[in-house]
Amino acid sequence: MRRESVTPMLLILPAMAYLIVFIGYPIVGTFQLAFSGSKGWLENFIYVFSSKDFQNAFFNTLILGATVIPIQFILAIIFALLINKKWKGYKVLLYIIATPLALSDVTAALISYSIFAPNGYLNKILLNLNWIERPLYFFGYMFKSREFLVVALTEIWRATPLVFVILLAGLQSINAEYLEAADVFGFSAWKKFIKITLPLLKPSIVSALLVRTLFAFQIFGVVWLLAGRDITVLAGETYYWYVFRNNRNIASTYALIIAILTFIVGWFYIGTIRSKHLEEGVRT
Amino acid sequence: MAKVVVEGVKKYFGNVKALDGIDISIEEGLFVVLLGPSGCGKTTLMRCISGLEKVTDGKIFFDDEDVSNVPPKDRNVAMVFQSYAVWPHMKVRENIAYPLKLKRVPKEEIEERVKWVSDLLHITELLDRFPSQLSGGQRQRVAVARAIVHRPKVLLMDEPLSNLDALLRVKMRSELKKLHEQVRVTTLYVTHDQTEAMTMGDKIAIMNAGKIIQFGTPEEIYKKPKTIFVAGFVGSPQMNFLTMKVVSYDNEFFAENFGLKIPLKADPKMGSIIMGIRPEHIYLEKSSNSLPIMSTVYFAEKLMSETVLHLSIAADKNIVAKIPYDLSVQEGQKIQIHIDLNWIHLFNPSTEERIEL
Amino acid sequence: MKKFFYVLTFVAVSLWLLGPLFFIFLASLTPSSDFYSMNKIFPSRLTLEHIYKLLVNLGGWRAMLVSIQVALVAIAVSFALGIPAGYALTRYIFRGKNMIKLVMLFTRSVPLVVIAVSLVTMYLRLNLADTMFGVALAHGAMVLPFVVLITSSIFSGVFVEYEEAGMIFGLSRFGAFLRITMPLALPGLAASAIFAFIMSWNEVFASSVLAITNRTLPAHILGTAMASPDYFKFAAGTIMAVPALIFIFLIRKYLISMWGISLK
Repeated sequence: MRRESVTPMLLILPAMAYLIVFIGYPIVGTFQLAFSGSKGWLENFIYVFSSKDFQNAFFNTLILGATVIPIQFILAIIFALLINKKWKGYKVLLYIIATPLALSDVTAALISYSIFAPNGYLNKILLNLNWIERPLYFFGYMFKSREFLVVALTEIWRATPLVFVILLAGLQSINAEYLEAADVFGFSAWKKFIKITLPLLKPSIVSALLVRTLFAFQIFGVVWLLAGRDITVLAGETYYWYVFRNNRNIASTYALIIAILTFIVGWFYIGTIRSKHLEEGVRT
Repeated sequence: MAKVVVEGVKKYFGNVKALDGIDISIEEGLFVVLLGPSGCGKTTLMRCISGLEKVTDGKIFFDDEDVSNVPPKDRNVAMVFQSYAVWPHMKVRENIAYPLKLKRVPKEEIEERVKWVSDLLHITELLDRFPSQLSGGQRQRVAVARAIVHRPKVLLMDEPLSNLDALLRVKMRSELKKLHEQVRVTTLYVTHDQTEAMTMGDKIAIMNAGKIIQFGTPEEIYKKPKTIFVAGFVGSPQMNFLTMKVVSYDNEFFAENFGLKIPLKADPKMGSIIMGIRPEHIYLEKSSNSLPIMSTVYFAEKLMSETVLHLSIAADKNIVAKIPYDLSVQEGQKIQIHIDLNWIHLFNPSTEERIEL
Repeated sequence: MKKFFYVLTFVAVSLWLLGPLFFIFLASLTPSSDFYSMNKIFPSRLTLEHIYKLLVNLGGWRAMLVSIQVALVAIAVSFALGIPAGYALTRYIFRGKNMIKLVMLFTRSVPLVVIAVSLVTMYLRLNLADTMFGVALAHGAMVLPFVVLITSSIFSGVFVEYEEAGMIFGLSRFGAFLRITMPLALPGLAASAIFAFIMSWNEVFASSVLAITNRTLPAHILGTAMASPDYFKFAAGTIMAVPALIFIFLIRKYLISMWGISLK
């Protein structure tokens, strides 16, 4: 590595300038929009915080995260341990598990709709098996809890691979000799997992958890397509207020609330990353 | 080919001093080894000469031209890297020819020179392969071929043998030396391996902490090490150092300790003195100019070609002696050993510099 | 017994992850009469009619072109700016380096949801509102931190000695970068470009907010799908999924490391 100060700064400057213009400046703009109103600078926040929609959206966002994330973690850990065994054909399964990573939330929602629609494959199969007599309805204002279930299932399907990838990378970086040492001392498989794998995997688990939490606050496409505003979420409200109500101030207020939540989580996140970087620094 | 002169070169990385005033003059066509422990600045010095690092202070001359601010591509140097750095996306032939192409050497001449160098290094049959299809030793040859084919003024080699296995290293050592005899290019060779340095260098520059401690032929360095550092760094097993008291009887001076009384030719003007003696200059039998000392065998390392004895001569002092393999001794045995006075080295304990007495 | 267990999990996991994809492909190729008949799981014939109609009559083709343009411009912008920065982060030691890495990590975690609405205000002044270019520049900002971090990791995988050898043997520093480092980094860079393409191809929120008439495919679908018959929804899903799946298959070798960097 070369030690210089001018050249690297010149190389980095364009990228930094671009990020300042297209991310930094708009963040300031979001603040401006959120804090401006005819009845004082807190008008939008007072309106948003006192509205039932916000409370619902906030609650729904949290409860969706709280339902989906633990299930994703359990599945992802199981998959990661399975793949990490390196049995014959594990690579194929690895690619299969990774497939949903290519898909957007919009696509995932449409896929899920093909299964759960009134004429969807779930109903068709159940009817043909004579397990039900009339199609089950999963969508519509009347079936909010079923909508919630479908959204959660879709999110689990779409984003478990994401957690899986982070955990697998963590598992693969664990030195096999630690586990072999445990074998020598006669640890059982369960004890090995609890006493060695899990503690060593902790950094990856923390980082996956935080990434998932960040994304949870941004959940939009899946909910919007499958449930519309039957289930309100924070990002959905931003979209709604901008596109349908043409109110940039309220939309920005929602956006800012997401930003603040993201920032709080991101703060913890960067803290853990930093310590991880330090460890890497020691190693090299 | 060129004479290389380095004048007062300093190099700082931030606040870290890597080179602390280097002066060295390397005559044309010489094979010079930079030897030192890791972190002593030898690689930095080489990189400054190549131009990959800019000097913080001081000047570097090739013949009489000041090249301190010339970029590496215009210095007409060549380098063999520790990792060989044979470009993986080019075939061997392109690897060797590319530097010539960059210098706009005519096509026929490039072909001629590639042929010459591949014959010289026995890599003709490898020319159409990619580096990934070569063994470490073959890659090494390609790297050397690439370096010498464009007839550099100075050839730089940065620990080129350290990634080879032991057998190949010995073989390449002699081949590189032979090659140098054929092409006679001024060569600077960085290593931390003293065997490489002693066997290959016309001259060796021993470095420590950013300074050149001694610059001389292998013989000079072995026979007259300038400081305790040099004496301890060169030679295997390491030289023994004994702290002796200086005493005088009737205007004659002696260094005395461990039952030894070594006559000194003059007054060293100091209370104590450090005596160094190499393990190969301690014998089990008396010689023409030796002094005896009693010792207990603590441990014997039988290397088959020779035996290395760890001997205790006092409660808290062990020394090492190298004896022929056919002399057998038992651990715990008390034996008399003989120190060859023709081969003792004396050092000033405070400056650690050599004293000739 | 153990083998049986592995085969069973293999099949179960594969079914769970690939089954839904199979269903939407099937649904998008099913004639509408077969789809609405409840006792037909498998259609009597396959048809491309829905996909064709979606593309040609319902603006899908145009939206797809916008999507591709947006992705290509976003890749061009983010790589043009990101490669020098990524290179600087691996090859130089300088003050503020960790700070810059943190800025990259932070900007990457700023969701477009947060800035999209405010970007519209800026775009109105710059005449970028409702243009392909405006969406592309926003996507460029979304992808750029990722490009900086990943190119930095790719360049650190190319030994600095290769570049130094280039400089010794007659290349300038820039020449060595161009002739030695770039060709060696190319496979990784291509893979990350594909990855960036997928990121842009899949982004829906900013595309929906920043453009009304020049919408990308997902934004177009989001805006119209709710009002369309079911079979168009499935056709839309298929059109969205297929290119992304092909691309991700191309870069499968790099997948884990790339996601590792984009999420770390």
